[in-house]
Amino acid sequence: MQPKIQVKNVTKVFGDHPERALQLLDEGLDRKEILQRTGQTVGIQNVCFDVAQGEILVVMGLSGCGKSTLIRCLNRLIEPTAGEVVIDGEDILKLSNDQVLERRRRKFGMVFQNFALFPHRTIMENAAFGLEIGGTDKETRDAKATEALKLVGLDGWEQSYPSQLSGGMQQRVGLARALAVDPDILLMDEAFSALDPLIRRDMQDELLALQSRVKKTIVFITHDLDEALRLGDRIVLMKDGYVVQIGTPEDILTSPASRYVERFVEDVDKTQILTAGAIMHDSRIRVTPNDGPRTALHKMDQESFYSVFVTQRDGTLEGYVWAEDAAEAVKRKEKTLEGIIQRDHYAVKPDESIGTLFQMLVDTRIPLAVVDDNGKLLGTIVKTQVLAALADAQPDKEDAEAGDGEGETEPTQAQETAEAKVGA
Amino acid sequence: MSQDFPFVGKFPLSDYIDDGLDWLTTTFSGVTRAISTVLGNGVEGVVTALSFPPPWVVILGFAALAWYLAGRRVGIGTAAGLLFLWNLQLWQATVETFTLVLFATAVAVAIALPLGILGGLSDRFKAAVMPVLDFMQTMPAFVYLIPAIPFFGLGQVSAMFATVIFSMPPAIRLTILGIRQVPKELVEASDAFGANWRQKLFKVQMPLAVPTIMAGINQTIMLALSMVVIAAMIGAGGLGGEVWRAIQRLQPGNGFEAGIAIVILAMILDRVTQKIGQPKKKQQ
Repeated sequence: MQPKIQVKNVTKVFGDHPERALQLLDEGLDRKEILQRTGQTVGIQNVCFDVAQGEILVVMGLSGCGKSTLIRCLNRLIEPTAGEVVIDGEDILKLSNDQVLERRRRKFGMVFQNFALFPHRTIMENAAFGLEIGGTDKETRDAKATEALKLVGLDGWEQSYPSQLSGGMQQRVGLARALAVDPDILLMDEAFSALDPLIRRDMQDELLALQSRVKKTIVFITHDLDEALRLGDRIVLMKDGYVVQIGTPEDILTSPASRYVERFVEDVDKTQILTAGAIMHDSRIRVTPNDGPRTALHKMDQESFYSVFVTQRDGTLEGYVWAEDAAEAVKRKEKTLEGIIQRDHYAVKPDESIGTLFQMLVDTRIPLAVVDDNGKLLGTIVKTQVLAALADAQPDKEDAEAGDGEGETEPTQAQETAEAKVGA
Repeated sequence: MSQDFPFVGKFPLSDYIDDGLDWLTTTFSGVTRAISTVLGNGVEGVVTALSFPPPWVVILGFAALAWYLAGRRVGIGTAAGLLFLWNLQLWQATVETFTLVLFATAVAVAIALPLGILGGLSDRFKAAVMPVLDFMQTMPAFVYLIPAIPFFGLGQVSAMFATVIFSMPPAIRLTILGIRQVPKELVEASDAFGANWRQKLFKVQMPLAVPTIMAGINQTIMLALSMVVIAAMIGAGGLGGEVWRAIQRLQPGNGFEAGIAIVILAMILDRVTQKIGQPKKKQQ
């Protein structure tokens, strides 16, 4: 499927002679040198990424890294100096001003850091602003605005003014204003950064809940890594105007592309971010119910395990057997494992955060099974893996790869860091 | 003992200005005469209309209007002030002055608003208009009277012309300021939703600039009132005329009466227009 948004080599130079800066950029000079030599400020340079339909893409970086410039290039609030921004197959940088206004009215909803609500308009009039601009008649836009306000939990406040609302509520209005036009794309510029941490948490949860219903394509700007990891399907990490790494939250955490990214991820509370899928080991040994107890014993013996998971041929998890039971079964001359399969194991989904795994690991003497939605065994987790993952910012390469499981492609294990374009 | 500038003669600035004004007067005599007629008749019509009913009816009307626009206290104050002016036998003069100020302000605002909006939106226009405003405000107001007479003849229209020029700058300045003060995020937000410049101006910038613009209009009214005595020198009449007569006849009592009357009128106009500028609901 065609990506919703394609950003290709977008560069923005602030100043009156951008061409000189562009030339120096081609020659490989960095921002600071270009500023010194030409007086031109490079906002962003050669930024490339795609956003898929229905994806939340988080652009993150410290202040001054160009992320706000970048998001404004998407709807041409800032005119890029070079590059292409293709939305639904159309390069919006080639459109006339009127066409751009039209696209902004139809395709984009934007949410701002400081809410940017109109103080002279009621909540209802604020929410209906985009529709009003687009020329929708009053009745329809009131209906749609009411609906959008209900979506963000603000019904009953229609006739109030922004100043009568708390920060969190004001930003809900900001969100409702963006949603009311039913845009394909939501641009959220540090949307939750001005809120206090607890409210920010709530808003993040609500955004995710909302997103599961409305399925917009969202580009979310933040300087907060925790927020990026919570919200992002993928994260674009920026520094000094260029992209340092693009990848899923796990990619960023487990294999930082540079020392810069590593420094970023050092402080993250990994119990909340690392998932079972990211740290599990492939269950290299497994048996089927039709295997004999002798085979099972042999496999356990090789790895010096006391137990082994039993799966059907298609990989569906059945349970596990203890080594001692298998030994008993051998003595009883049983031909299959059917009689000794235990089923009191814990099975978790790969997107379970490892914070929740501790209690289970304390409760059980066998490894945790990681299974997909169809109940197929993906891998296993033992206590030491969790501790190792927490202790080590960067688990060694082998572990990360082992976790991928052979052949079984699971969404959390998405390997598509591929297009990460690392600037100069 | 000549104090003359050496080597070259006097730069004939005054001649140039006179010639220029002569040219303007003859070229645009049709226009100026038309303006003169329209405004003269307008002023006269309003004065007649206000003088026709018994003063207490008009006073009641103004008090009710002030109450509606600015609240009970201002309403009561308006009634008391105007009754006092009637009692001082200055009612007719008050009506004349009020009408003159009303017309002068209307003309000044009609010119100032578009100029102020342009200056609010365009840096270049603002840069061009600012020195002109400085000039208009610092030039002694008397000077405007001199060319006004050949343009519009003696009387109220000339007085209005001088008053408009003198009182317009604050309305322009504060309109520029009001438009520019609108927070950048709000302008950006309206851009982001695809507003064109007209929608931006009328749905966001102007509404948010209203308090500042009203402060400018309030200043314009006050400056227009301060011109009434000067305007009386070319036959504008009204309260200024009373003051002017008292000066010529050295009657301090009459002079103060008329002066106090101007103060009372100023207070009423000031309180009412100030209240209009404030947003009804307290916001942020």
